Amino acid sequence: MDAVGNWTRKHLLGLEDLSRDEMDIILSTARSFKETISRSRKKVPALRGKTIVNLFLEPSTRTRVAFEVAAKRLSADVVTVQGSTSSRVKGETLKDTALNIEALSADMIIMRHSAAGAHQYLSNVVDIPILNAGDGAHEHPTQALLDVFTMIEHLGDLKDKRVTILGDILFSRVARSNIWALNKLGAKVTLAGPSTLVPERFRSLGVEVCHDLRTSVTDADVVMLLRIQHERQTSTHFPSLGEYTALFGLNKNRMNWLKPEALIMHPGPINRGVEIDSDLADSGRSVILEQVTNGIAVRMAVIYLCMAAAEREHGGMPEPLPH
Amino acid sequence: MDTYPTPSAIWIHAGTVVDPYTGKEAQRDVFIENGVYVESPEEGFFSHAHKIDATGMVVAPGLTELQSHLREPGETHKETIETGSQAGAKGGFTRLVCMPNTKPPCDNPGNLRLIHDAIERGACIEVFPTGCITMGSEGQSLAPMGSLKRAGAVAISDGGKCVQNNEVMCRAMEYARMIDMCILTHCQDYSLTENAVMNEGDWSFKLGLRGWPHEAEDLMVARDAILSEKTGAPVHLQNISSGSAIDIIERVRSRGVPITCEVTPHHFTLTDAVLQNYETCYKMNPPLRSEENRQRILQALKQGVIDCIACDHAPHADDDKDVEFDYAPFGVIGLETSLAVTLTELHHKEGFSLMRIMELMSAAPDRILGFASKAMTAGNVADCLVFDPQETWVVDRHGFASKSKNSPFLGRTLKGRNKVTIHRGKLVYSEI
Repeated sequence: MDAVGNWTRKHLLGLEDLSRDEMDIILSTARSFKETISRSRKKVPALRGKTIVNLFLEPSTRTRVAFEVAAKRLSADVVTVQGSTSSRVKGETLKDTALNIEALSADMIIMRHSAAGAHQYLSNVVDIPILNAGDGAHEHPTQALLDVFTMIEHLGDLKDKRVTILGDILFSRVARSNIWALNKLGAKVTLAGPSTLVPERFRSLGVEVCHDLRTSVTDADVVMLLRIQHERQTSTHFPSLGEYTALFGLNKNRMNWLKPEALIMHPGPINRGVEIDSDLADSGRSVILEQVTNGIAVRMAVIYLCMAAAEREHGGMPEPLPH
Repeated sequence: MDTYPTPSAIWIHAGTVVDPYTGKEAQRDVFIENGVYVESPEEGFFSHAHKIDATGMVVAPGLTELQSHLREPGETHKETIETGSQAGAKGGFTRLVCMPNTKPPCDNPGNLRLIHDAIERGACIEVFPTGCITMGSEGQSLAPMGSLKRAGAVAISDGGKCVQNNEVMCRAMEYARMIDMCILTHCQDYSLTENAVMNEGDWSFKLGLRGWPHEAEDLMVARDAILSEKTGAPVHLQNISSGSAIDIIERVRSRGVPITCEVTPHHFTLTDAVLQNYETCYKMNPPLRSEENRQRILQALKQGVIDCIACDHAPHADDDKDVEFDYAPFGVIGLETSLAVTLTELHHKEGFSLMRIMELMSAAPDRILGFASKAMTAGNVADCLVFDPQETWVVDRHGFASKSKNSPFLGRTLKGRNKVTIHRGKLVYSEI
């Protein structure tokens, strides 16, 4: 596949510095993989003999499992290390943890970490590819890629499409990665939520900011809800979950404010009854579970592309993409 | 450690003397004999004096640093009074004021005596210890400031910590005034900076790092100004980084409130844009601010609102800084780059005179703490440096005398370099 040959990055640290062409390579590769995982035998042999370490230093279910499933469908061997069961609890530094993983002949590290920039730091420590599965409030590139993949499946070209991201933007890596991705694809992004979680300063990233729910969702082609990360905030960012729901929660009545064909998305996990009522989360307008499925294809694409770039860097030839 | 000759006589030839204590600038020879400047040396001086050819160079009173963290006792793997003073000597300093945030903190005369012992044992230049404002620098109860003064503390400070309780700070100022001590204070409201690691602004939003608003500094500057006015106590505000804090200082000083302030070379040189790669050598307290704030600092330096430059020398071992940005300690070293960065940024780029720079780095800090004049006049103790304002050099981690290498200027080309430092008539550093 020509597109694979044009991919030169062995790390995926974020979407901010990715070009539109690079994003297109990932998305087209993901389309190929989505086709393979709909077969009855879902595995492809592309990464047979490779070992991938899933280093999850912050709690996660869907991202961790999605990466694990994606790697296994590429026939890689996967080892998952979680913060609570790693030597980190004994005080080992990230640098030493990663150097040990590399010394165990791992071929790639997929990491989630609570500190922004941790992946960039790690990419200077080890030689093997680093994939960012979430770094603090900075970036969550594969989540944004699967989000835009899902939007494109439903809406086609995203140029001039209106996407409203609603909720806790300040502490959200998903929001930041989506902003970079959607801006590159020509979509018009509005950030909505309380002013304490959606500061005006976000306009500097080339987006609109709105503190009124109705105004923010009226023209939207996509309403992406974000989880209120009440575990990260002190009591100062909003008065209570009830207050948040009263002002910004999406419920049946407020659905009338949306265009009938507008998509409802959520990266999960959902606080049912807070950001969104259960009825709506499970309704036909919600593509939340499609996002999860697409996450496998997108992550297979990213793992495959980065591994191929690393192979080429060391003079090897990547296994061809299966058809 | 390098050892330098210990001549009883030094002849500094053909340098340009820039003396901010007298305001005189002239090309002339400087003669030092038995530790003091002499006007007209006696016969025989020239035959035995150690001659330093200072052609094209500047000779000036030794620099004074008001905020160095020398880590002894407690963290001597980062720095000791011996290595810190060597770093100071290399940078052109002859006086260092060291902060009391040692481990344990210097909140009693016993600890202060330990520090004095270390100074006597290892310091190659003058090191002045300070004592804590509050016990353990915890901001709760007053430290025995009077006893600390008697034991030799030159000022009181809680180091990098800020007393949050307004009443405690008010009483500290009243007490300090009674015993004629200056309070050196770091301005930071903790409630606005919880878990914050960099300036709050466009970059923190982009990088996903917890932002530290300049208002956290402004509030405490205003608080300290109000209490200084109430009590009449002189207060020196350490490493000011916020433009609006400068506005507050300017306003209250016009009413005669006895507050002074300092800025660091890194705050008038760098902005938060350098953090885009999450490099921990740029993590400091207060954080690097926006270009707008940097410009206000430069303006305030020109206007004289800012009294002096202090480098806030804060050594950290490589292992401590070689971690994720959130986990790295705040602080950078500065003693060996302070003069060169100041010459590069203020003299060469902004047109500050050498006299003004020497005022900011030598005479003004001395005045703030009431130290003796280092005027280069006959009979005065010979504390001076000789620097080449034109020499360009690249900051290299292997060149530091400090035990730590956590400089934000590594790899930078600077213009201006200290060549010789003389303390009490002795060569304590020489590249010539």
